[in-house]
Amino acid sequence: MTDTFGDSGGPVGEVAGPAASGTTGPGIRRGAELALLVLALGISLLAYTAVGLAADGRVPSGVAGYGAGLGGLFLLAHLAARRFAPYADPLIVPCVAMLNGLGLVLIRRIDFEQAEKVRLGTKRFASTDAPLQLVWTAIGIVAFCAVLAIIRDHTKLSRYAYTCAALGLLLLLLPMLPGIGREINGARLWIRVGPMTVQPSEIAKVLLLIFYASYLVTKRDVLSLASRRLGGLYLPRARDLGPIVVAWFASLSVLVFQKDLGSSLLFFAIFLVVLYVATERTSWLLIGLGMFAVGAYAAYLSFGHVRQRVDIWLHPFDDPNGDGFQLVQSLFGFGTGGLTGVGLGQGSPDSVPFAKTDFILATVGEELGLAGVMAVLVLFALIVERGLRTALTCRDSFGKLLATGLSFGLALQVFVIVGGVTGLIPLTGVTLPWLSYGGSSVVSNWLLVAVLMRISDAARRPTAAAVAPSVAREALEDAHTQVVRRP
Amino acid sequence: MNRPLRKVAVACLLLFAVLLVNANLRQTVLAEGYRDNSSNRRVLERTYERERGAIALSDASRPLVARSVEQDAQFKYRRTYPARDLYAHVTGFYSFLYGASGIERSEDDLLSGEDDELFVERFSDTLTGREPRGGDVVLTLQSAAQQAAFDGLAGKRGAVVALNPKTGAILAMVSAPSYDPNRVSTFDGDAAREYYDRANADPAKPLLNRAISQTYPPGSTFKVITSAAALKGGLTPQSLVASPPTLTLPQTSNPLRNFGGSTCGADRITLADALRISCNTAFAQLALDLGADEMRAQSEAFGIGDRDLKIPLTVSQSRYPADPTPPQLGQTGIGQFDVQVSPLQMAMVASGVANRGQVMKPYLIQEVQAPDLSRLRIAEPEVYRDAVTPAVADQLTAMMEGVVANGSARSAQIDGVRVAGKTGTAQNAPGAAPHAWFIGFAPADDPQVAVAVLVENGGDAGSEATGGRVAAPIARSVLQAVLAGR
Repeated sequence: MTDTFGDSGGPVGEVAGPAASGTTGPGIRRGAELALLVLALGISLLAYTAVGLAADGRVPSGVAGYGAGLGGLFLLAHLAARRFAPYADPLIVPCVAMLNGLGLVLIRRIDFEQAEKVRLGTKRFASTDAPLQLVWTAIGIVAFCAVLAIIRDHTKLSRYAYTCAALGLLLLLLPMLPGIGREINGARLWIRVGPMTVQPSEIAKVLLLIFYASYLVTKRDVLSLASRRLGGLYLPRARDLGPIVVAWFASLSVLVFQKDLGSSLLFFAIFLVVLYVATERTSWLLIGLGMFAVGAYAAYLSFGHVRQRVDIWLHPFDDPNGDGFQLVQSLFGFGTGGLTGVGLGQGSPDSVPFAKTDFILATVGEELGLAGVMAVLVLFALIVERGLRTALTCRDSFGKLLATGLSFGLALQVFVIVGGVTGLIPLTGVTLPWLSYGGSSVVSNWLLVAVLMRISDAARRPTAAAVAPSVAREALEDAHTQVVRRP
Repeated sequence: MNRPLRKVAVACLLLFAVLLVNANLRQTVLAEGYRDNSSNRRVLERTYERERGAIALSDASRPLVARSVEQDAQFKYRRTYPARDLYAHVTGFYSFLYGASGIERSEDDLLSGEDDELFVERFSDTLTGREPRGGDVVLTLQSAAQQAAFDGLAGKRGAVVALNPKTGAILAMVSAPSYDPNRVSTFDGDAAREYYDRANADPAKPLLNRAISQTYPPGSTFKVITSAAALKGGLTPQSLVASPPTLTLPQTSNPLRNFGGSTCGADRITLADALRISCNTAFAQLALDLGADEMRAQSEAFGIGDRDLKIPLTVSQSRYPADPTPPQLGQTGIGQFDVQVSPLQMAMVASGVANRGQVMKPYLIQEVQAPDLSRLRIAEPEVYRDAVTPAVADQLTAMMEGVVANGSARSAQIDGVRVAGKTGTAQNAPGAAPHAWFIGFAPADDPQVAVAVLVENGGDAGSEATGGRVAAPIARSVLQAVLAGR
């Protein structure tokens, strides 16, 4: 870690590097991005073929069409990046594409198993979700291109901070409205739009983060002020506690009214971390963690479903065919997969409930084994690390905070769901970004990548005059107050 | 802002590190436990994806009594037992819900293809991409003998075991009533559950293999062992032994009587006659004279007391009581009190006499084949016990021939074949009809088959001859079936 984020001018040095050499010009490392995308496509197609071979012993007839479709979409994303964000980090899009391609294969693989079960009469209903997921992927990638094309400067987003806040809150509250709100599996997170159900909190997450970042940029000086020092800790003034209390109540209400433990935790934790980075005050983190502990304990005491989740986590095998069924089946999947997995199409991942959505990693664990699970986790870690590097090198506070929130949010979401399905922490239902089935999840996560790419492009864009790294660094540190303070 | 950002980056990396460590733990250290968990159907489901080996008989035509049939359903193979209930207790069942029993269980590794003996096969299957399948088991059973035993027990509760006395190969093993393993092994879970629950609750215990998993008082068939001990002790078949109408056992006032209260003809008769007419007072007195140690030693010489016998199915321990009081000792001489034997054990007694004193180790598996029909293992007969000397065995054979020729077991006679045998009518519970027994072998001059027949509550307390009337005809048809097949 210290190597990557070390103080030796690393981050800024990298930004200055291409500019200083001055020869690479636009499209820096875009070739590498293209090569990696081809690799991601190749792996996806091989996996797709393996699934078909396992199902009926033939190379699936759709492999050419699927390859063309997915390849076209990846190419589109690459061209958009090349055209509109030429300096952006070249590793992010291939990693996302790899996860998205793998997700499509896994969903199709479970489609097959369900269809086979229906044919044999052991299951009443099968859904064919892979084609729809491909459509959502297309929408997501088009949205990614659109964001890159339309938003040419991410700092402009902060102008719409309050609009974003209003829109985000509205989306968050939509499922509560009678008529369009849908309660699925005990959580009221979905709204019905025509024939589809959409989970608006996924989009709300990005919108609210834009507001957080923008708000904290203007208020960070006030919030950094310490009134009292207590044992090496600077405590904020009581009257400045307002925002954190509001965020705390907001996420608690998500928990209470929508019964969505995962989103509630995510919202609050992202807010907390962005607040900490903005103010550089550890005290905020501790206050927030304290509030989280209180909220979590209160939730444990007052909500039966929270208590049940914790009980299942602690004793999954007490009731392996009842309450513990999901988690136990998931663990069996991981255990059966072992080191190298039973092979794509060779296992029975549909034994795990919600195999296409929350529990999709159990399918990876069973059929691709520990090797596959580690690969997926490393892909996520790479995206997060690239996102945080973007935050480090970004020159403006708004972009910094936004990139931090997006990256940390992604890391935490992966932790919450992967930890949940592997029995590390109590299970809370959130999707595994890009892998899980779900239109709103895929689209909003591609939007997230677009914003990240936009910030990354700005962060890595060479400044007009090449400056020595150390000078640049100091200028950067000084820059905050001047750039973002507004009337 | 970069200082806290770096801390956030470290925190994120820690989150991923924890996830990776946890995944490694779950998929390596804990994986075995998850795989073997009884609630995990994945591994079990996978066993239905490959062709399980067959179980065949050693008849010339090698008929299959258990085989896997390919089907178009959730599982690729279905286990079927073409002879339904005929071989149920030997093959056992192979059920999705209830696991396996019988040979299906004891030879599971081989049948499923997991056995180390099949390593080379498996390796080449992996290389050539061929569907792996399990090895086959060939049983020692003969269909004609098995069918004769099964028919003989129809409508009764009991067991028949037939052995080749020269090798120990089990030629027939039937327990009645039987059950249909197809119905326990079906994929229709509700039907399997219903059938199994009903069989389990049935007081006739159709799932129980009475031939090896249940022990009974041997009654008068045990007099063969008492005779063996007496002959070993120096008596001859012509020695006169005391045979009073009643015998008052030491320390008691209850006199021991002969069956039906009959006399034994005279107060002193020859040992051969005592066996022929199954004289209770004579054998009780003999046991008292020989003492518990001699009686136990002779019992154990035939295999009674062995708790580790496997054929490869586990055989329940037969036993001779540990410390009988004198009256109990007298009772053991006629196979009562606490003497408990399995039908297989009594077949081994007959087999030991037939094989000139040597009891061969009984076995069910003739050979084991790899999927390509190459032989992996073939049964090698081994001596299990030296029960009596050849001389004593010859004397016992002659005495048992007398029992069939003009004693209590005349209904075991076969035209043109010298049959040796002994009946038994064993009291078990007060008020319940006694068990009917027959043990014997044929031909007496060159024994090819030894048999034990038990019919639960099949006798009549009033007459020793009923044991012979009920059990001996079943034995005769089994003996005939084996002899006809030679």
